[in-house]
Amino acid sequence: MAKKTVNPTRMELTRLKKKLTTARRGHKLLKDKRDELMRQFLDMVRENKALRERVEAGITQSNKNFALARSAMSEEAVRVAFMTPKQEIQLGIDTRNVMSVEIPVFSYQTRTSDENDIYSYGFAFTSSDLDDAVLSLSKLLPDMMHLAESEKSCQLLAAEIEKTRRRVNALEHVMIPEMEENIKYITMKLDEAERSSQIRLMKVKDMMLEEAHHYKEKEEQRAKEQVEF
Amino acid sequence: MYKIAVMGDWDSIYGFSALGLDTFRFTPEESEEAGKTLRKLAESDYAVIYVTEQLADVIENDIERFRSQPKPAIILIPGISGNTGKGLASVKKSVEQAVGSDIIFGGDK
Repeated sequence: MAKKTVNPTRMELTRLKKKLTTARRGHKLLKDKRDELMRQFLDMVRENKALRERVEAGITQSNKNFALARSAMSEEAVRVAFMTPKQEIQLGIDTRNVMSVEIPVFSYQTRTSDENDIYSYGFAFTSSDLDDAVLSLSKLLPDMMHLAESEKSCQLLAAEIEKTRRRVNALEHVMIPEMEENIKYITMKLDEAERSSQIRLMKVKDMMLEEAHHYKEKEEQRAKEQVEF
Repeated sequence: MYKIAVMGDWDSIYGFSALGLDTFRFTPEESEEAGKTLRKLAESDYAVIYVTEQLADVIENDIERFRSQPKPAIILIPGISGNTGKGLASVKKSVEQAVGSDIIFGGDK
């Protein structure tokens, strides 16, 4: 691995070691976060899928009802019937915290107290099929709100999981190996420097002793004397 | 308090106005205005925007932009001309983004 230039000093080594412990701890925490997020996400996405299938089936059905209603009425009559809606929905958003992801929780209330007050037209000029169609759609509304809630939550969680996973991978495969490599490099460099200074000291000691006591000359002299005898 | 909007062609959405949802009519040809309206709605106090799949096809970029934002929730619903499966595909996309591969819908297709 291409490593950045590091100063092989003791200070750098301490700093790197500290950084490595932090990185390891962060990695472990993020991994736990990712696993928990994933668990929550999978539960939620299953719910999301079920809800969506239900809502889609419901909307398809109520579209059929509307088509049926339309067949018995002129387009103008339908337009007039829906021109001035009576009902209004007010939506409140709370947030729930899932592993530091803020996911929305919707609550809604209708403007009039009677939730079934949905027919914005007099019954004289519209067919009863239209009433049924509107009713079928209104029964679907709670599910649609749930769907909005859970689908948004899934999207937010998915984004967060992706981010977390990227961080975990960056730590695991880039940061931590790189630091380990650098630490190894510095340790070896320092050891090498220590050995070399040790050897140098030994050499110097030898030389100084030689200078002080002239061991070599004395040895030579002794050898010469022995030969003469 | 927030409001709820529905966007799509008139035939698909007029029923929702009876429930108290605000409807915005766009045919798939009016993609530019629809995109503009979507952005405007997202900035004002609409927290949930239902978009028909047919319309969503042409303003995909605008929808994509709000995917990772906390508000609004843009939810695809089938329009009058039938279910294109685009809504489920967006759930599938979430799964793929999170897990890396699709593990929920694997058996379906």
